[in-house]
Amino acid sequence: MVSAQLHLGVAIDGAGYHPAAWRISAVEPAALFTAGHYLRYAKLAEAASLDFVTLDDSLALQPGGEGVVRGRLDALLTLSAIAPVTSRIGLVPTVTTTHTEPFHVSTSVATLDYASRGRAGVLAVPSLTAAEAAHFARRPAPSPEDGDAETAEVLEVSTRLWDSWEDDAIVRDAATGRFIDRDKLHYVDFEGRFFSVKGPSITPRPPQGHPVTAVYGDSPHARAADVVVTRADHLDAVRATAARHPGAKVLATVSIVLAETEQGARDRQRELDALMPFEPAGLSFTGTPAQLAAELPRWAAETGVAGFHLRPAVLPDDLDLLAGEVVPALRAAGAFRSGYAGTTLREHLGLGVAVNQYQGA
Amino acid sequence: MTKQIKLAAHFPGVNNTTVWSDPASGSQIDFASFEHLARTAERGKFDFLFLAEGLRLREHAGKILDSDVVGRPNTTTVLAALSAVTTHLGLAGTLSSTFNEPYEVARQVASIDHLSGGRAAWNVVTSPDAFTGQNFRRGGFLKREDRYARAEEFLATVRELWDSWAPGTLVGDKENGVFARDPGRFVHSGPQFDIAGEFTLPRTPQGQPIVIQAGDSDEGREFAAKTADVIFSRHGTLEDGQAFYHDVKRRLAAYGRDHGELLIMPAATFVLGDTDAEAEENAREIRLQQVRPATAIQFLEQVWSRDLSDYDVDGPLPEVDPDPDAEPLTWGRVRHEKDPLETARRWRAVAEEKKLSIRELVIEATARQQFVGTPSTVAATIDEYVQSDAADGFVLVPHLTPGGLDEFVEKVVPHLQERGVFRTEYAGPTLREQLF
Ligand SMILES: Cc1cc2nc3c(=O)[nH]c(=O)nc-3n(C[C@H](O)[C@H](O)[C@H](O)COP(=O)(O)O)c2cc1C
Repeated sequence: MVSAQLHLGVAIDGAGYHPAAWRISAVEPAALFTAGHYLRYAKLAEAASLDFVTLDDSLALQPGGEGVVRGRLDALLTLSAIAPVTSRIGLVPTVTTTHTEPFHVSTSVATLDYASRGRAGVLAVPSLTAAEAAHFARRPAPSPEDGDAETAEVLEVSTRLWDSWEDDAIVRDAATGRFIDRDKLHYVDFEGRFFSVKGPSITPRPPQGHPVTAVYGDSPHARAADVVVTRADHLDAVRATAARHPGAKVLATVSIVLAETEQGARDRQRELDALMPFEPAGLSFTGTPAQLAAELPRWAAETGVAGFHLRPAVLPDDLDLLAGEVVPALRAAGAFRSGYAGTTLREHLGLGVAVNQYQGA
Repeated sequence: MTKQIKLAAHFPGVNNTTVWSDPASGSQIDFASFEHLARTAERGKFDFLFLAEGLRLREHAGKILDSDVVGRPNTTTVLAALSAVTTHLGLAGTLSSTFNEPYEVARQVASIDHLSGGRAAWNVVTSPDAFTGQNFRRGGFLKREDRYARAEEFLATVRELWDSWAPGTLVGDKENGVFARDPGRFVHSGPQFDIAGEFTLPRTPQGQPIVIQAGDSDEGREFAAKTADVIFSRHGTLEDGQAFYHDVKRRLAAYGRDHGELLIMPAATFVLGDTDAEAEENAREIRLQQVRPATAIQFLEQVWSRDLSDYDVDGPLPEVDPDPDAEPLTWGRVRHEKDPLETARRWRAVAEEKKLSIRELVIEATARQQFVGTPSTVAATIDEYVQSDAADGFVLVPHLTPGGLDEFVEKVVPHLQERGVFRTEYAGPTLREQLF
């Protein structure tokens, strides 16, 4: 029996997920603040026809002191800067939802979708820390529950704003002097618990209609987005999350340390942890590419997830092995597609066409 | 001394200078259009590409205005994307100091500066506009008289954040495990912003990205004189431009700034032809397409604050006066006519003297500086304007998207270069190096 085809996204943050990665990696620290660094990894992921790359973000410095990577570029702008020079890979930045204006969230994700011709997604994350709140000083940090509830509102209003222009709203009718048919533009009139937005958007409906929306599924309040990423650290909890979100593509986070031999992988893990001990969130894997390629389909079958959000320990090392060895092995086993079937991220993920809630309203 | 001319390309956003009905007019929103204009501007060795911003669709008489070009992408996102397809062109975006917060603007502009290798610019505008505020958490919270108090402290805060990684903060010592030492610490305590913490980005290639100002009031000019690198103005004609230029440059000394530290770049359009007469004819036709009958009436209603739909656009101006107390009929457009009764008086006089219909009057009243002629005439005129201190250069607004700048770059730029007043090679990788 051919196993189900997995969906695979990969994190390309900093020098890798492990806090000591920057010390091992051949990459120069200053390169982390250039577009070329992220372009290189997006191209590696694209050559392997992975579904998407993610880039993490927050409105505060990463914690951890002088031994870890601190500072980062705006994730959405960084992926925008690689959008025109890649062609298939999905681009999923983290976008914060607490202090950032929902209207700006909606138009910036729509614009990433235009710049990438239909490859944008957004991982919506609340800003829960006091440090972030102090950078704005307009409101205290929300409780986790309120942060999630507000994130759900931000995604709701974003989707409404994307739909606020019907696809054929621009008519350019010289005879009547109308550039747009205003009957095909809609006020969203959103009134939520946390904010209100009048609409319509200033940006016409993006190429995908709805860029792919993703949230972390750790919280029971998380709204069912297109994609739910779970950082649960054992298979039972992953299975429970997948069961809670039957309407979404649930992906489980797996942090990976790879080497050609099992011993080699353990040695790398030890070397990293000796520099800085670290427990990553989500599932962890240390071993050979062949072992990972065998494990992933098994985990998917056991838990019911649609695929994985992979986090290489060190860039580019673990990504090289992932793209060069794990993916071919998955393909050989029939667990991963041989190339891109379509051009949009929705197509990669099998999400179907986004229906406009206002069409003909 | 011969001045070197500065040139920027305006992506025509939402306005009636665009001729959207022309078959050569392409998408206002597809990224390919932005890429085309940016590549053309860079081929022409322009200083920067410029994006305006409007955060709510305009309404007229209670309905979304459907006659002008509508729809635009998010400013910083499209600039970041453009950084990937250009190498030297400056990338300037308009961001309101009202509907944003300093930490985010500082981060976005600094990110673009890093991603582009030092080519970012921020046009600081103030929008004291409750209508636009309905799209934001903040709502319409700012009174008009407070807009520059917020803008000024906003910019000062942003600059503190840009400076917050002292030289040497990014250590990157793999051996000893020191990535960064004490990064981004800041405390800003003022009447508008009381914030503290750590900024997330190292000092950018330009250190301080370029700051542009585009407000015309006395406070706006003072703000620019005190702190901006460039003013984007509407004063492009020779006399008006010279008056504005002298007024603003005169203000610099009070802030200990030099004449050359603030560049004045008015908006301007251009129309070319094989002969001057042909160019004039082209210009007339373009203006007629830009100011269609419906547009002309809407423009008049905007000043009159009355329904004027029964008037004939080819007939005389209405005999009825503007209603000075009425709510504005048009929302979302910057209002340049502060005293409608006085404006109406002035326009009636002009229309009577030149025998202009409503449409012809609007064509005249909404005209910006237009350079019309053969490529060599246009080059000579631009040069003359700059040498006689009507401007330091211009922000050119093509009437066709995205190909409208092509012929300027192919035909006019070489004349400017031959005259020795415009660069043939970029000075260096950063926008600051092109401008100063
Ligand atoms: C040439 C020019 C361009 C402007 N462009 C924008 C713009 O793109 N977006 C915006 O919100 N406001 C724009 N403005 C408005 C100004 O930022 C400001 O709100 C307005 O001019 C009122 O301020 P003032 O009284 O100082 O002129 C522009 C103004 C001028 C003169």
